[in-house]
Amino acid sequence: LRFFEYEAREIVKRAGIPVTDYGFTTDALEAKEIAARIGGPTVIKSQVLSGGRMKAGGVKFADTPEEAEAHATDILGLEINGHMPRGILVDPRAEFEQEYYAGVVWDGTRKQPVMIFSPVGGIDIEQVAEEQPDKVGRRHFSNILPFGDFEAKEVIASTGVTGGALNKLVPILTKLAKLFVDNDMTLAEINPLARMADGSFIALDAHMDMENEARGRHKQLLKDLGVGDDETREAREPTPFELAGEAVDSQDHRGVAGNVTEFDGNLGLVIGAGGGSLTLFDAVRKYGGKPANYCEIGGNPSVSKAKGLAKLVLSKPGVDKIAVMMSIVSNTRVDIVARGVIAACLELGMDPAEKIAIFRIPGAWEEEGFKILEKYGVEYADRSVSLHEAARRAVEKIQGAAA
Amino acid sequence: MSILVNADTTFIVQGITGREAVNLTRECLDYGAGAKVVGGVTPGRLGREVHGVPVFDTVAQAVAHHGSPIDGSVVTVPPAFTKDAVFEAIENGIKIIVIVTERIPRRDVAQMVELANLRGARIIGPNCLGIIVPDVIKMGGIGGPAKDAAKSYKKGSIGVISRSGGMTTEMSSTLSAAGLGISTAVSIGGDAIIGQTYAELMPLFEADEETEGIVIYTEPGGRMEAELARWVTENDSRLPIVAFMAGRFMDEMPGMSFGHAGTIVEGKEDTASEKITRLAEAGITVAEEISEIPEIMKRKLAERSVSA
Repeated sequence: LRFFEYEAREIVKRAGIPVTDYGFTTDALEAKEIAARIGGPTVIKSQVLSGGRMKAGGVKFADTPEEAEAHATDILGLEINGHMPRGILVDPRAEFEQEYYAGVVWDGTRKQPVMIFSPVGGIDIEQVAEEQPDKVGRRHFSNILPFGDFEAKEVIASTGVTGGALNKLVPILTKLAKLFVDNDMTLAEINPLARMADGSFIALDAHMDMENEARGRHKQLLKDLGVGDDETREAREPTPFELAGEAVDSQDHRGVAGNVTEFDGNLGLVIGAGGGSLTLFDAVRKYGGKPANYCEIGGNPSVSKAKGLAKLVLSKPGVDKIAVMMSIVSNTRVDIVARGVIAACLELGMDPAEKIAIFRIPGAWEEEGFKILEKYGVEYADRSVSLHEAARRAVEKIQGAAA
Repeated sequence: MSILVNADTTFIVQGITGREAVNLTRECLDYGAGAKVVGGVTPGRLGREVHGVPVFDTVAQAVAHHGSPIDGSVVTVPPAFTKDAVFEAIENGIKIIVIVTERIPRRDVAQMVELANLRGARIIGPNCLGIIVPDVIKMGGIGGPAKDAAKSYKKGSIGVISRSGGMTTEMSSTLSAAGLGISTAVSIGGDAIIGQTYAELMPLFEADEETEGIVIYTEPGGRMEAELARWVTENDSRLPIVAFMAGRFMDEMPGMSFGHAGTIVEGKEDTASEKITRLAEAGITVAEEISEIPEIMKRKLAERSVSA
């Protein structure tokens, strides 16, 4: 779950790390008022979950409240990489001495969080790491022991920073580490972290990403920030077709028949499970097939869910046939999926033998499943037909049908 | 022999009275020589039985009842309670823990893994189906009911490590049908942080004389494949490795996750194409299709025996 900058700053502020006296708004007139309250030069920043904001004209500088209002009007109407802004942030244009970087991410190999610090901030940390590697400090820290001030000192000192700056940075890094852990973040970054003329430090921008699996234990924070339960904040917003897939999956708690992603091909896919879906989607494309969708079934869904998913895919405009394929199942019952997809065809007034290009699900209850398929004349395959071979046959059939 | 578990391995099932756990217990008891499931734990259910397995309120009670240390635990409790259950297992001396539960936040997983490392225990998973040694033992839902597992897993010489539970069985079935068979297969789980990665299991397979080659199932996301490539290069492994990479289409869709939570591509190094390059550089052949794996493996085994 990615946070907008205004949300990320709020999280930073709540952690006790100093931030500027900024304001968030969705209204240009209010932007003017915020700028007047700030009472000096300001920066107007588009609130979008997309990179390249500066380049796209989503960040502008204003000297007067009137100028702030004009920029706000422009930016509120400016689409950036397909995203309309959520609002704008009006920020005092801070006079700082130097920009630093502080961030925490997971290291999946070490299985620990790693604190990253640099006295070179304001630009991508990857770029600094490449060009001035001695200016980037890293320190892994324990998942069990509380983060200690000494760990912050070590990572700061490793970049050559000492004196008053070191001592002032320690509490900020310690709070950032705690924020990362307490909020189940996968990324917590302050960049730039500015050293002001008086020697104090202020967070000028922040990036935060919370793990989706942990949303349930941060309900209060998400509520305070106004993040809706249905906001996925994926790289793109879910389509109506994908939302309908979620509705199918949530009709009961038995197994999974969902995780639908829309594509624009003509071969509908009813595939599973996790790894099987990835393999089969690749396989269909490898043989020149054009998938209409990605999806996952597994964990022994009910007949009604399997039927719902198949109906959804069969009804999608442009879908000529569906392929029902899974890796060998041990928990999901073959006969239940067979019943579901055949019922879907029948309820839509379609002939299962014609609409189901292939059914390849070997494993638990396969004899029962194959019997049903045979009755309706559906081509099916057992484990002697590989996932790729099944995908190839499905593609061949649909291309034959289209020609 | 085998890795991680053998015919003598004793284990408990935490969350044993849940619907899936009851099935899993049955499957494990029925498979091979019959797993030594010495107890189950569900708080508040002391005194019950699941397929003849006594149920306890705590792991400590199960250990006391058994009268000597218990080797392992299969953990099937809901995500919110998993960390405590795993800590309980570790603090009661259990050394091999299979976590079946899905959707556990990374912070919890990392804490469990760190405690396990401190205590000399190993965690397999989370979000995995467990471990199987054909005809001997299965610990977890891997392969399903005993008769289905027997169809997919034949005794043999290939170690299988997979980020997907279902694909562990699909690949093992292919290897079994081709006459190569399986020494031990491990479903390691599909999350971003897991107890045991390929590189962490490799030394065990390396030391297992029954294993002659390794087959891995891989996906985009994370650095686990790069870690394996490095391990293989640095340790001059005796074992030929064949990999299968699913989710190649995801390279065109950065920032989206498919299949498993751990598949999200966060950087260039996590993409399928980058991983294929890394693996190939380390001498690991990446098969285009699963059906090609047995032939590639046989060829690599033949090359090794000539050069040896």
